[in-house]
Amino acid sequence: MIEVEDLEVAFGRVKAVRGVSLRVAEGESFGVVGESGSGKSTVLRAICGLAPISGGRVRVAGEELRKTARSAEFHRSVQMVFQDPYGSLHPRHTVDRVLSEPLAIHRFDDREGRIRRVLEAVGLGPSFRFRYPHQLSGGQRQRVAIARALILEPKILLLDEPTSALDASIQAEVLNLLDDLRARRGLTYLMVSHDLAVVAHMCDRLLVMSQGLEVETLTRDALRRRDATQDYTRRLLAASEGYPAQETP
Amino acid sequence: MTELLKVEDLRITFPTRQGPREAVRGVSFTLGRERLGVVGESGSGKSQTGRALMGLTPPPGVATAKTLSFDGQDLRGAGKRQWRALRGRRIAMVMQDPKYSLNPVMTVGRQISEALGRVGGLSRREKRAKALAMLEAVMIRDPERVYDSYPHELSGGMGQRAMIAMMLVPDPDLLIADEPTSALDVTVRIEVLRIMDRLVSERGMGLIFISHDLKLVSQFCDRVLVMYAGRVVEELAAADLASAKHPYTQGLMRCTPDLDHDLRPLPTLRRDAEWAK
Amino acid sequence: MTTPFEPQPFTWAGRRAWLLSEEPSSRRQARLGSFYRGWLALRENPLAMVGLAVVVGLALVAILADVIAPGNPRMGGDLRTERLLPPSAAHWMGTDDQARDIFTRVIHGARLTLQVVALVVATATPIGLLVGTTAGYFGGWVDAVLMRITDIFLAFPRLILALAFVAALGPGIENAVIAIALTSWPQYARLARAETMTIRHSDFISAARLQGASSARILWGHVAPLCLPSVVIRVTLDMAGIILTAAGLGFLGLGAQPPEPEWGAMVATGRRFIVDQWWVAAMPGLAIFVVSLGFNLLGDGLRDALDPKAAR
Repeated sequence: MIEVEDLEVAFGRVKAVRGVSLRVAEGESFGVVGESGSGKSTVLRAICGLAPISGGRVRVAGEELRKTARSAEFHRSVQMVFQDPYGSLHPRHTVDRVLSEPLAIHRFDDREGRIRRVLEAVGLGPSFRFRYPHQLSGGQRQRVAIARALILEPKILLLDEPTSALDASIQAEVLNLLDDLRARRGLTYLMVSHDLAVVAHMCDRLLVMSQGLEVETLTRDALRRRDATQDYTRRLLAASEGYPAQETP
Repeated sequence: MTELLKVEDLRITFPTRQGPREAVRGVSFTLGRERLGVVGESGSGKSQTGRALMGLTPPPGVATAKTLSFDGQDLRGAGKRQWRALRGRRIAMVMQDPKYSLNPVMTVGRQISEALGRVGGLSRREKRAKALAMLEAVMIRDPERVYDSYPHELSGGMGQRAMIAMMLVPDPDLLIADEPTSALDVTVRIEVLRIMDRLVSERGMGLIFISHDLKLVSQFCDRVLVMYAGRVVEELAAADLASAKHPYTQGLMRCTPDLDHDLRPLPTLRRDAEWAK
Repeated sequence: MTTPFEPQPFTWAGRRAWLLSEEPSSRRQARLGSFYRGWLALRENPLAMVGLAVVVGLALVAILADVIAPGNPRMGGDLRTERLLPPSAAHWMGTDDQARDIFTRVIHGARLTLQVVALVVATATPIGLLVGTTAGYFGGWVDAVLMRITDIFLAFPRLILALAFVAALGPGIENAVIAIALTSWPQYARLARAETMTIRHSDFISAARLQGASSARILWGHVAPLCLPSVVIRVTLDMAGIILTAAGLGFLGLGAQPPEPEWGAMVATGRRFIVDQWWVAAMPGLAIFVVSLGFNLLGDGLRDALDPKAAR
């Protein structure tokens, strides 16, 4: 479904991504893990045309992608959920406007029904439909953002740290929702996160990135067995165990 | 244990169009020279509690308490001078993001020296030496370079270390750390925590560690206060967290995904209106 | 479908609750509710309400000019007996050198003033918004070209540029309007561009692009509504300046031509008698002062109510 080969992304002279390859099969959930500055989000942004592809090849659903231009067909099949639920919704648009705009752009029929169904699918009742973002909590906003991504009925969702700005209990709800939606709709996920535990929970396979380079690709089981071949991955694993019990110096 | 801080019935009220709203509603605790974790989700009032202890409740908010005493001094209604004498010198605070809490147009070294200036009685040379020693104590390998650099020239982890150095250099008795590592990468986070841990125990400071991360707090602190909707719903020793009584604490413990266990769906919190009562 | 939930029995409390509902049930309710919140914020500011009262008063006076002052503002009375009379019961603001009632002229002058203001706003605001958002959103050479043009206009002092235009186009109120509009838009463009630059990289703009929204749709549907508040505030604060520029052109004889009852032109004629018959210049001057102050107060209030950055 998604094939990335030797992807390079350069902003001016700075190379944010320096040769990354990954393959995601249809219906699979694939994770990208890394720390800040690893270029993990840039990979997602390059796929959907928000960052320029300056080298390598990217194919999504058989379509070869170039630079930043994307077809209408691409937008219908690939959508993205952003990290910050406070920044990803227009502050002066109601939920209704957020959801009906993509339908208007792509001339979908039965807009009323679609909006109602998608709100239901993300666990928001009809009472949320005409609210402004400031009338919603962080978790509710992220649900709206997911609804916006789903309303065009895409096949692929790109998830950029979808829960890292949320409280732990809300994170659990949103992760469950994403899990559930994938199972029901047969979606393909490409998820970026700094949190190994979240990626391990959501994804079958994952790629570890550091400073714009790929470190290694692991399966979830390998991760559970702490079966990392690279030093960096091991450090990441150790760090995500939390604060180690005091060793007296 | 000597009592360093005593808080009784702390309330913080913000006026809104719908009338006053209490962000913190009757929080009480005492702190010795120990590490106390304050855990809660956004809106639980944990950060406001921390700020109130520094007398930094943002206006138009108002903090009131039955008792608020630090080392025998009554802090209720403390004037500007009293606060100035305490802040930085005896009570210090580390905030979440060093980018916003360090002055962008002053070198790190000058900011640390300035923190020392509040203590007084030191020559320039001594200040510099002390500042460099402190930077070394927070595991900065190249203290001379960091001393002369501006905050934007440092990475997040470096900045946070510099911030900690600045806060600890006057040798305060109480350190309030509000999500000190949330903006840092996981690998850096552990190092910063270790530094804080060492300094706090070496110097016998009291530490209030405010965080949303229950797991981290339970590993790092001696005692934990769990806050929900402006109240402390449970107070327990960090070691006993696994046997927490309150359903909110239990829920918080369980709802984060875990590398080793595949729970699907993740248990979610069923919020009870009773908890907020 | 929008549920037909309308305010039940028509009570103020009921309507208020309907407007402030956190769960609006129709597009209309959501939009009205958000307006109402803005209004509540504005209402808390007494000075802004004074400004609003002045502006509403100006509009009412302009509409009802014929009712308030039924006389002809362009025709005077008996030149032998009614010239330059001081304020009295018959002539509240006295009469001028053509024996015209100054009160009537000031009232009818409100129409001209409002016309000038409305025309300038209607032309300068959209141009400024369009140029600014386009430049800010696209960046690169589009930005460079548009902003250099803007800079050229900004390089001249406002009144001087307006003078040059009027000198070229010939004096008259229409040309004064064109001249003022041409000198006002660059500031709005600057402002809109700055606002656009801060939001063009935000996630909600990226999200709209990912949905396949065209640039035009993003500009008008997403960017412009966020630039609008600050531009509206700026325009309101500028109104005083616009009125003063119009009056200044009138004063210099390049705006409205006699016998039009334009405030600036009236002050200009009154200048000759300022020592002995002060009211001829003072009365229209007072009108200019009150209206300018009103717009300024309203603009300040709007800034407090609309601009999240200035909020407490």
